[in-house]
Amino acid sequence: MATEVVTNGSGGPDARSVFGPPRRRLGEKAIAVVLFCAAVTSVVITVGIVASLAGETITFFADKAVTVGGFFTSSEWSPLFSDPQFGIRPLVQATLIISAIALLVAIPLGIGTAAFLSEYASPRVRAAIKPTLELLAGVPTVVFGYFALTYFTPTVLNGLLGLDVAVFNGLAGGLIVGILIVPTIASVAQDAMTAVPQSLREGAYGLGASRRQVTVRVVIPAALSGVTAGIVLGASRAVGETMVVLIAAGQLPTTSLDPRSPMETMTAFIGATGKGDVPTGSTGYKAIFAVGFALFVMTLILNTISIRFVRRYRQVYE
Amino acid sequence: MTTASARPARDVLGKPSSSHRLRDRLFVIMLALLTSVALIVLAVLLINTASDGVPEISWSFLTSFPSAFPAKAGIESAITGTLWLMGVVTFVIVPLGVASALYLEEYADSSRWWNRVIEVNIQNLAAVPSIVYGILGLAYIVRGPLSLGRTVLAGGLTLSLVVLPVVIITAREALRAVPPSIKEGALALGATRWQAIWRQILPASIPGIATGVILSIARAIGETAPLILVGAATFVAFNPTGLNSAFTALPLQIFSWVSQPSDQFRLLAAAAIIVLLVILVALNAVAIWLRNRYQQRW
Amino acid sequence: MAHDDRSARGIVRDVSDVDRDPELNPPSEPGAAEVPGQVPAVSLGQGHSSVPVVANHDVVDDEIDDPVFVTEKLSVSYGGAPAVLDVSLRVPQKQITAFIGPSGCGKSTIIRCFNRMNDLIPTAHVEGMVRYHGVDLYGGDIDSVQVRKRIGMVFQKPNPFPKSIYDNIAFGPKVLGMKGSMEQIVEQALRRASLWDDVKDRLDDNAFGMSGGQQQRLCIARALATNPDVLLMDEPCSALDPISTGRIEDLMHELKETVSIVIVTHNMQQAARVSDRTAFFIVDMGSSEEARIGRLVEYGPTDRIFTNPHDIRTEEYVSGKFG
Repeated sequence: MATEVVTNGSGGPDARSVFGPPRRRLGEKAIAVVLFCAAVTSVVITVGIVASLAGETITFFADKAVTVGGFFTSSEWSPLFSDPQFGIRPLVQATLIISAIALLVAIPLGIGTAAFLSEYASPRVRAAIKPTLELLAGVPTVVFGYFALTYFTPTVLNGLLGLDVAVFNGLAGGLIVGILIVPTIASVAQDAMTAVPQSLREGAYGLGASRRQVTVRVVIPAALSGVTAGIVLGASRAVGETMVVLIAAGQLPTTSLDPRSPMETMTAFIGATGKGDVPTGSTGYKAIFAVGFALFVMTLILNTISIRFVRRYRQVYE
Repeated sequence: MTTASARPARDVLGKPSSSHRLRDRLFVIMLALLTSVALIVLAVLLINTASDGVPEISWSFLTSFPSAFPAKAGIESAITGTLWLMGVVTFVIVPLGVASALYLEEYADSSRWWNRVIEVNIQNLAAVPSIVYGILGLAYIVRGPLSLGRTVLAGGLTLSLVVLPVVIITAREALRAVPPSIKEGALALGATRWQAIWRQILPASIPGIATGVILSIARAIGETAPLILVGAATFVAFNPTGLNSAFTALPLQIFSWVSQPSDQFRLLAAAAIIVLLVILVALNAVAIWLRNRYQQRW
Repeated sequence: MAHDDRSARGIVRDVSDVDRDPELNPPSEPGAAEVPGQVPAVSLGQGHSSVPVVANHDVVDDEIDDPVFVTEKLSVSYGGAPAVLDVSLRVPQKQITAFIGPSGCGKSTIIRCFNRMNDLIPTAHVEGMVRYHGVDLYGGDIDSVQVRKRIGMVFQKPNPFPKSIYDNIAFGPKVLGMKGSMEQIVEQALRRASLWDDVKDRLDDNAFGMSGGQQQRLCIARALATNPDVLLMDEPCSALDPISTGRIEDLMHELKETVSIVIVTHNMQQAARVSDRTAFFIVDMGSSEEARIGRLVEYGPTDRIFTNPHDIRTEEYVSGKFG
C-alpha cells in the first residue's frame, strides 16, 4: 500500500525545513505605506484649497462691511476703496459675457475641426494639423493676452472690422479666449467622433447617404455625449482663464453689457488684487478668497458635468 | 460579333441630385475653413510677435536685467528665475507624482471607497483653474502655515501643485501600458511585489513617465497667474541667490512689460515671448523624441 | 487493437462495477471514512451532476512514493461561484505529469494553486489541501514568495522581460539572492534549456528580438535559473509552431531527470508523447447550463489512460469523440 509521510493531522514536515526561514516582510509594508501617503497628498491639496477658500470666505462675510445679500445682488464692486463696496455681480457678469463670447466662437470652430479631422481629413493632413493644434494648446496664455492687446484690438477689431472698441475691451478678451479653448473642445469631440463604430457609418453609406449626411446625421448625434463633454470642459477653461482677460479686458468692474468696453472678470480681479501686497486679514484680502471660492465652485460644477458626459460616451462604446 | 454599347452611368443609376452635391461640396469647404481659423490666428500671432520681437533679441538682451529704461532692459533674471523654478518643480513632481501613480496602479484596491475618492479627486484637481492654486499658494505657502514669503521655493511649490495631477495621470497611463504578463512572470520567479515593480514594471514605463514629466514642466513654465499671486510685486533685477530668494520668471516679465503703456516695452515683451516659445518648442521636441525613441512596442 | 481490447473487456461498464473493482477503489486516505460499495454522495454545492461522478480516482497510488504534490479535495471558486471541485491526486517526483481536458475544465486553475499564483486574483478562494513535500502550501505561515522560488512556472504566451537575454535569466537569481558567479548561473540555465549555443554570442541582445520558440525556451531557462524543484508549464507550446513545440518536448524529457514537471495541455497527442502520468478533467454542466464546474475524472499512468481508460468519458475524449 502507499506509504504516507503524513500520519498525524497536522501540517507534516516543518515549513522551514522545506522552504527555508521566512523572510521579513516589514520592508514591503513600509513601501506600501509610503506610496499611500504620496497618493493621499492629492486629497490633502484639495482639502487645502477648499479649507483656505471656504475659511476666509466665512470670515469675509463676518466682516461688518459685507452682507451676504449685498454680495450677491449689489452691482458695485470696489473692495479696495475707502468706502468699499462688495457686490460681485459685475465680476460674475463679465466672466459670463466673456465666456459666452468665447463659446460662441469655439463651439463651431471646435466641432468643425473635430468633424473635419475625424471624417474627412486624410492621414497626411491629419498628421499635419494635429501637431499644430497641440502647438496652439501649448502656447502660454500670457502670449495670447499680449496678442489680444497689442494686435487684435487695434489691428483687427478697430482696423479691420472698423468697430470702435476701447483699448481694453471684453470682446477681444472673449474672442481670444475662444481661440484658446478650441483645442480643448476639438480634441475631446474628435475622440468621441472617432469612437463611433464604423458599422454605424457603413449602415448609412449602404443606404446611399453622402459623407456630409453621415457626418451630420449619424456621427455627430452618436458622439453627442463626448462633444458635450468637450464643450463643458471648454466652458470651464474659459471661466477660469486669467491672463488674457487680465491683460486685454481691463480691470474696471462694470455692469455694462457692452463687450466693447472694459470689464473685469472674477479671475482678473483676483490677479490684479493679489499682485500687490494686500495686508493679510484685510477685507480686500478676504475678497480674493470669496471671489476665488465662487470661481472654484463654478468650475467644479462644470468639470463634474463634463466628467459625467465623458463616462457616458466611454461606456457606450468601450 | 456584337459589341455591347456602354451605357452612361446616368442612365443606369439615375441623375445625381445637383443640390445635394452642392451642399456636400460646401460642407467640406466650411469644415476646412473652420479648421483653419484657429490655425490662421496662431500663424498671425507667431508671425507678428516674431517680427516685433526677434529684432530685439541680442546677447545683451539675454544678459541684462530688467530696468526702467527699455534700452537697457533684459531677461537674464527672468531666465534664471525660470530655471530655478523648474528645478524645484521637477524635484517635487517626480517623486510625488510617480509614487502616487504607483500606489494607484499597483497597490490600491479599487473597490475601497477611499481609493475611488483619491482617483476622482485627481481628475478634478487637473481641471481647477491655475489661479486658484495661486490663491492656495498665497494663503498657505507664502503666508499662513509655511510662511515662506515670495520666494523661489514658494513659487516652485505652487507651480508643482498646478501640474502634479497631470503628472499622476500620465504616469498611471505609462504604468498601465506595461502588460500584466511581465508582472506575472516576475512574481512567478519569486520576486516580491515591490521587486517586480521596481525592477521590471517601473523601468519599462520610464520613457512614458519621462515624456509626461517633460510636458508638464513645459506647461509649468508658461503658467503666469499663480506666479502673479506668489511672486515678487516689483521687478527683480538680480538672479535668484537660493531657494529663499525673491525671483522673477519669463511669463512674469512678459506680463510686467505688456502692462506698461510704452511701445518700447511692448517690443521687449515680444522678444521675451519668442525666447519663451523657443524654450517650449525645445522641451516639446525632447519629449517627442523620447517618446519615439524609447517607446516599447509590446 | 485497443478497440478490440476495450470492447472485449466491455468498456461500457456500469458505474457500480467501477465501485466494486478493487483496483479502482483502493482504501482511501487515512481518516476518510468510506463504506465499500457505496457510491459516495455527490456534493457539488450547487446543483447535482446528471451522471454520478466516478467514485475514486486513484487517490492513493501504490506507484507513487514520496510525491512532490498531494492534493486532497482541492477546490477553487471565483467570487463564490465554484470553478473546479474536489481534485485529489498525487504528483510524482522527477516525472512529467500532464493535465488534459476540454477548455474551461480548471486544469490551469489547479496548476496555479501549486505555486500560489491564484493569490493574484482577489476573488479566488481555495479550499481543500495542497501539500508540497508534506507541507501545506496554504498554511498560515507559508510565504507565497518563497513557494515560487522552489516551484517555477512557464506561461502559455512567452513573456520575456523587455531586457537583454542575460538580464532575463539573471533576474530570478538576483532577486533570490543566490550566491555564486552570475555568469555561470546564466550559462548553466541556458544550457539546461538547450539555448546556450544559440545565444552565447548575443547575451546582451534584447530578448524581444528572438523568435517565439526561442523566447519560450528563454522563459524556461529563466525559470530554471533559480534551481527549482518543480516546473509548472501552463500550455507552454500552444502559441508555438510544431518545430518549436518538438524542441521543447525534447527539452522536457531531459529536464525531468532533475525537475518534476506538471504540464497543462489541450493537445492530447502531446500529453501522450511526453508525460508519464496523465490526469483527465472535464467540465461538469451540473443541473443548469450556468454551473460549469471542472472536475477530475481519471488519473493514472499515461499509457493506461490512452489505451485502456477506465471511464467512458476519458475514452471518448482521448479517441477524439469530443473536446
